[in-house]
Amino acid sequence: MKPIRFAQSSNIVKSIQLLIGFIAICNSPAIALDGPLGIHDPSTIVLCKGKYYTYGTGGSSLVSDDGWTWRLGVRPARRGLAPDIIQVGDRYYMYIAANIGRQPRAEINMIWNKTLDTNSSDFKWEEGGVVASSDGVEFCNAIDPGVFLDPTDGKLWLVYGSYFGFIRLIQLDPKTGLRINPNDKPVDIAINCEASDMIYHDGWYYLLATHGSCCRGAESGYNIRVGRSRHVTGPFIDNMGTDMIHGGGKLFLGSSGRVIGPGHFGLINLGDGIQKFSCHYEADLDRGGASVLDIRPLLWSDGWPVAGENCKAATYEIESIRTGTAIELAVEGIPVGGRPNRSMRGMFGGVEGVIPPQDVNEVSMNWPTGSVDVRMANYLCQAQQKWTIMPVTGAGGYLGSPYFKITVAGTDRPLAVGNDAELITLPAFTGSPEQLWRLDQLSDGTWRIMPKVIPNSKESLVLSAVGSSFVTLAKFDPASDKQRWLLKMP
Amino acid sequence: MDKDNNYIWTFVLLAISAFLIIVSFPGAAACGQIPKIGVENSTRNVPNTDGFIQRWLLLEPIRIKGDTQKEVQQTVKTEHFPDELTMMPKDKQKVSVNGSELIWHAVETDEYNVNLYYFADAVGSNCNNALFWAVVIVNCPQEMTNVRLAIGTNSASVWWVNGKEVIGIYGNRSTVIDDGVSKRLTLKKGSNVIRAAIINASGAADFCARFLDSKDTPLKGFTVSVGDIGK
Repeated sequence: MKPIRFAQSSNIVKSIQLLIGFIAICNSPAIALDGPLGIHDPSTIVLCKGKYYTYGTGGSSLVSDDGWTWRLGVRPARRGLAPDIIQVGDRYYMYIAANIGRQPRAEINMIWNKTLDTNSSDFKWEEGGVVASSDGVEFCNAIDPGVFLDPTDGKLWLVYGSYFGFIRLIQLDPKTGLRINPNDKPVDIAINCEASDMIYHDGWYYLLATHGSCCRGAESGYNIRVGRSRHVTGPFIDNMGTDMIHGGGKLFLGSSGRVIGPGHFGLINLGDGIQKFSCHYEADLDRGGASVLDIRPLLWSDGWPVAGENCKAATYEIESIRTGTAIELAVEGIPVGGRPNRSMRGMFGGVEGVIPPQDVNEVSMNWPTGSVDVRMANYLCQAQQKWTIMPVTGAGGYLGSPYFKITVAGTDRPLAVGNDAELITLPAFTGSPEQLWRLDQLSDGTWRIMPKVIPNSKESLVLSAVGSSFVTLAKFDPASDKQRWLLKMP
Repeated sequence: MDKDNNYIWTFVLLAISAFLIIVSFPGAAACGQIPKIGVENSTRNVPNTDGFIQRWLLLEPIRIKGDTQKEVQQTVKTEHFPDELTMMPKDKQKVSVNGSELIWHAVETDEYNVNLYYFADAVGSNCNNALFWAVVIVNCPQEMTNVRLAIGTNSASVWWVNGKEVIGIYGNRSTVIDDGVSKRLTLKKGSNVIRAAIINASGAADFCARFLDSKDTPLKGFTVSVGDIGK
């Protein structure tokens, strides 16, 4: 949030305008997430009683049952700027900023609740009080809180600040959500950024903060940058050795495709090595340039976080990391271009011209018409080795994506789970849940592929290369390559 | 000849024998790839440390053609001798195939795999355009559920457990441990018959087989035997 030149009243007007805009796009067609996604400065997404919640500037709130389809939520008790929220023990602490005069005079208040479920008898926001402030003179603007629970020692921290001055760090009491010692001087850890948040990974603390301008629609230059430190108090150094206190920051996510101005990183840790992050785009060109929520995979490369991509509808080779072989329909393959005729041009001469892709309508003439097993084999560009992955409308989804169907390319033959919890393909897609698939990008960029349901079972199983030529379903082991898959464009 | 000369001649004969073995099967003797035929009182009646079965009954090769999926399935559906898919062979039992007598041999290996190239050579045949039948009995002290047969073969092969086809891998391929793996299956208490048809077009040929448990680790706790069921 970068409204440094606006008075408080201007922010209120702007917030109202944003909310009106959000409501207007409620029924827009979904490109990324589904439902009304309008939000600016979203908090970290938190889970409460099986539902996902996020809160934004101006009291906006979004709720989802599955992380894919979102709806408008209930406003929290305070309706300030760029809130962040965290669950510690049996409490949800929300930190939310407000201008208390001409910027940069601001303060961050904490409110807490035992539940985010508005239907619960325990639902009640309690005022916690001010945890940080800026007096309008000091070199800091106390807005944009980001709360961080250190997994190594259980200490609770808050980063905050905007473009006027420093990003600062203070320590909070996990039992109360308030400052441990209000007299402790905040630590300056970055400058010339806002919307900061901190995460921990593999011995490093990472400070993610947003550079560039916000609130200008498709003209916004928002982009998320990162530096890292061995200590929670910094210094946070980027990949080129520049301290974030001197304006450094390695690019984590910038504008791309049809979305402009990502900001307000929030970590979603699903366990088993699967992490995602939330952010907003200042302008989604497919939603009229509105500011919208997104959820994407969080990857890691050479010790740095990398923004992954949710699965895109396309035709892929699905290749096992363990074996290097690809999933195929268990039918006899036909060499692309036909069996080699060595009499014409010799052993290595090939044929004249370009060999076109294999036509599935031709080669499938001899395929069985009923259920057919799947297996794995060396990828040879053959029709039975290509799979089309497409989102299924109305089938629900999971954090960041809808459920997909996986069909042999050019056919309606879906990959499914049989009653024996083994893989099979069926003659036609019917939309039943054992034909729906969840694809999560893992931290190394490979994919975990999981059916929505296993018939007659409550187990969560994923595609697993049990052998070089056989694929099955098994419990996910994050340490194994058996369940890591590449989606390659054929 | 005095005693010293005896030693010298013995040494010379041993050296010539070793040379001939090395020339015939370079590297094979040293690495234990030559399967042992007709071993009495075998000690290989349990899977090895990695779960591989090291005792089998092998039939001398049958001449066939083709290792594609269609050709292999056609081959195994063609009866080359009576009760081909159901008979329980014994060591040295003979069957008649296209007018020729072929013999079942009890074989064991010190390795994880059984080398069919050397087996074929040892029985005066070769493994080009060849179908090898392999049978073993797995004796379980109790029912074992959610296990998988896991095999590797050079080249194509089809596998049955207690008469049910559970694996088919096709084409020209090398032996890779756990290349073909069955769906989950149950080994019943007592005797279970494992049968394989291994088809080789040309060159080297071998196979390996083991069972995996529900965690994909090698299955132990059973014995293997050849010959009559239950013995």
